[in-house]
Amino acid sequence: MDRAQAIKSNAIGLGKADYGGAPSTLCVGCGHNSIANQVIQVAYELSLKPNEIIKLSGIGCSSKSPAYFLGMSHGFNSLHGRMPSLGTGALVANHSLRAIGVSGDGDTGSIGLGQFKHLIRRNVRMTYVVENNGVYGLTKGQFSATAEEGQELKYAGQNELPAIDICLEAITAGCGFVARSFAGDAKQVRELLKAALSHRGTAVIDIISPCVAFNNDDASTKSYGYGRENQQPLHELGFVPIAEEIVLEGHDPGEVRVVELHDGSRLTLRKLEEDYDSSNRVAAIDRILRAQEGDEFITGLLYYDPDRPNLAEASRLVETPLAELPDERLRPSREALAHLMERYS
Amino acid sequence: MVMPQTLANSIDDESSSKLNDFSLAVATTNGTGSQTANLTLLRSFFKMGIPVHGKNIFPSNIQGLPTWYHIRVSRDGYIARREPELLVAFNRATVRDDVATLPPGSVVLCNSDLKYRFERDDLITYDIPVKALLEGAEAKGKLRDYLANMSYVGALAQLLDIPLAVVQEALGYHFGRRQKLVDSNMAVVDKAFEYAANELEKCDPYRVEPMNATEGLIMMTGNEAGALGSVFGGVSVAAWYPITPSTSFIDALKNYLAELRTEPDGGATYTVVQAEDELAAIGMVIGAGWAGARALTATSGPGISLMSEFAGLGYFAEVPAVIWDIQRVGPSTGLPTRTSQGDVSFVYNLGHGDTRNVILFPSSIEECFEFGVASLDLAERLQTPVFVLSDLDLGMNNWMGRPFDYPARPMDRGKVMSAAEIEKRGSFSRYLDSDGDGIPYRSLPGNSDPRSAYLSRGTGHDEHAVYSERPADWHANAERLARKFDGARALVPQPVVDEPDGATLGILAFGSTRYAIDEARDALAAQGIPTAFLRLRALPISDETRAFVERYSKVAVIELNRDGQLCGILRNELPELAARLEPVAYLDGMPLTAEWVAGRLAGLTEEDHHG
Repeated sequence: MDRAQAIKSNAIGLGKADYGGAPSTLCVGCGHNSIANQVIQVAYELSLKPNEIIKLSGIGCSSKSPAYFLGMSHGFNSLHGRMPSLGTGALVANHSLRAIGVSGDGDTGSIGLGQFKHLIRRNVRMTYVVENNGVYGLTKGQFSATAEEGQELKYAGQNELPAIDICLEAITAGCGFVARSFAGDAKQVRELLKAALSHRGTAVIDIISPCVAFNNDDASTKSYGYGRENQQPLHELGFVPIAEEIVLEGHDPGEVRVVELHDGSRLTLRKLEEDYDSSNRVAAIDRILRAQEGDEFITGLLYYDPDRPNLAEASRLVETPLAELPDERLRPSREALAHLMERYS
Repeated sequence: MVMPQTLANSIDDESSSKLNDFSLAVATTNGTGSQTANLTLLRSFFKMGIPVHGKNIFPSNIQGLPTWYHIRVSRDGYIARREPELLVAFNRATVRDDVATLPPGSVVLCNSDLKYRFERDDLITYDIPVKALLEGAEAKGKLRDYLANMSYVGALAQLLDIPLAVVQEALGYHFGRRQKLVDSNMAVVDKAFEYAANELEKCDPYRVEPMNATEGLIMMTGNEAGALGSVFGGVSVAAWYPITPSTSFIDALKNYLAELRTEPDGGATYTVVQAEDELAAIGMVIGAGWAGARALTATSGPGISLMSEFAGLGYFAEVPAVIWDIQRVGPSTGLPTRTSQGDVSFVYNLGHGDTRNVILFPSSIEECFEFGVASLDLAERLQTPVFVLSDLDLGMNNWMGRPFDYPARPMDRGKVMSAAEIEKRGSFSRYLDSDGDGIPYRSLPGNSDPRSAYLSRGTGHDEHAVYSERPADWHANAERLARKFDGARALVPQPVVDEPDGATLGILAFGSTRYAIDEARDALAAQGIPTAFLRLRALPISDETRAFVERYSKVAVIELNRDGQLCGILRNELPELAARLEPVAYLDGMPLTAEWVAGRLAGLTEEDHHG
């Protein structure tokens, strides 16, 4: 067997390593590293062209991770809580790009809550991953806004404030793709990432991603131990790329819901204990609130609505990305100026 | 204070000097539609060929508070603010104060419905019964209030000799093709004109006569001109948050873009996003600039405060962006609708760390247009946020100007490396100074050469945009940024200098104060005190500014703020010349007058003679 055959490559001839990035500087065992690896795997499996992706982040442990994947894609590690606006600008400037935004619970739930909600309102086409560990890592262990009420931490004491639920915030802001997952469930993270990348607007995936340094005690709802014990997937997800057949592998078709994604790919949601309908917004909110009350850690595609146009579509932009327009389509003619001058004389 | 003789004279001159030369204030109530009447007057003078300028002195209010409109008519072409000597008194709430501040011999046209009893006997007064004149007019309610203001237009037309045909034409311009509105307004004008002709005995010296001094000129606001310049500069992304006095910039931009940048199939080659705040507005601009689009935002001081973090990021990550700051008095409420040049030092160093920002200072509608184009070129050439500091006075008021010149040069898209160029060179390093001018090459997202990709961040990168905390890397980067900034000195718009023979006093100023300064200089020259004037058009300063300061033992730095902010920057940049720079700074929310400027300059020359 020759060497070329030994290194596997995808449909565009790239190997998995081509989607890698710089070595991670996060803690060994950090949930964020696992998520970065799933991004690499997904990009490889989907044969994404690196130059059609931009990776964006704010500030925090989570926001460092774009350095650790897709080294052949442009990226911007920007300001704390302000990645959504930066991404909005980049994606109206070039609507042919697909954006992977990586944020954290502080970056999204505290300093960036406003920009997060307005990104969603505008339905900017971005896969928005929240690496949610309930704690500030780089500043050494303060509670974030997603930490559960009553939790105790060595450095921060007791958290007396109610948690902000990222998925609820996303749904109420009008998000058409809202999911929750767990960094310890690599397969679910992958399937959700694939589906999110196929969505036409903002797709939010809130991934519980344990912080091994400051918040990994089994009693914490953001720990590996808790996640492994309590994760309650609402369905089993299967991403089916464009032009591939849906294979149900012996399941009763009545047990599977099929979600048609914007680009023609599909997501199968196989029923587990309950028959959860991801297309019902009110039911989704109700289910999340009931999960809060019952201390349930539900994961999966909580809400999906493919219909709302994204910002670039709503702006009726020309097909050529604005950033690539030639000068003659940007600068009006000499006659146009003369005509206007006449109007003001 | 020394009052220059020529200016003192002009107040008490013979009646011939009142021809095409006066300052008129219209006092009304905000929200009653007086703007239509005021713009009709302004345009009437303009179309009669008389140099004219109007200033809206308005409150932060939708309806009910007092508002004034000042019109300066000047056969000599002086259009700075001058204290009014003609008053239209249509506001009960302010009439007492408005009348009290008039110089002796002033003229008041008063709405007799106010039932105001004049306590001064040194004024010439005319009463018009506005309610009675409106009897028979079909309009009701609010529309009736609007029409009421047309009565002073009609009365002034008669008293000042404005031909009714000119007024009608001005109304037509204002209302476009809506002939019914022209007619209903004109009916009131006619009635008031007739009333003045029959009932008022003209006993003041003020009047107008057609000239040809405005032929070929246009009239526009600075915000409209800046927006239009930006469109011809190829802007394709604008993001903003509403704030007076910058809102009309974006309003104009949206209109021009819709007209000029919509393609035959209805597709837009632009987008304008109303952001949730100024943090997001500049974030979008930085994002769009990074991705390769020409992007701008327009704001005012409070918005600039919120933009500081992204401005700093733009400086260090080296991302093109254009920020128009239409300056006002700040912060918060109180004087948000009053003009100022108070953001100069704040903007120059906006951002934490060693930021230094390029600033352009337009002073006229022509320069607003020109800098609209230039700012976008400079931002991409220098890969940095470029600020354009206009102000409320220039931005929101109507000014005369020459028709704008079509951009002489093609757009300068700066150093962007395509995939083909990377292939040719064999490598790409985002922050490498390969040309020695401190300006590196950038690549845009979407570039198909995998070597083009890099991860942007504020600090902590080496020449290859790789994360680095090595002291030598960051020191070298910061020094390169300083070199780049030094290079900007020669690229930005250079100063405009006027140095008559015999001048010993230098004047240095920027922006909209030039009109008061031009007039004051003429007045001083007439008294035998020639002065030299350098009008700064950008920061950082170039050698030309240094040389100017070197030539004069004293340079008055005139600006519309309390602390002499530009003077402080210049003293810092020219430490060996610092003692020559004299701050002449003032702020009360109003544009400077020539009288004030001439007084202060004369004071400085006096000091020279005596001290």
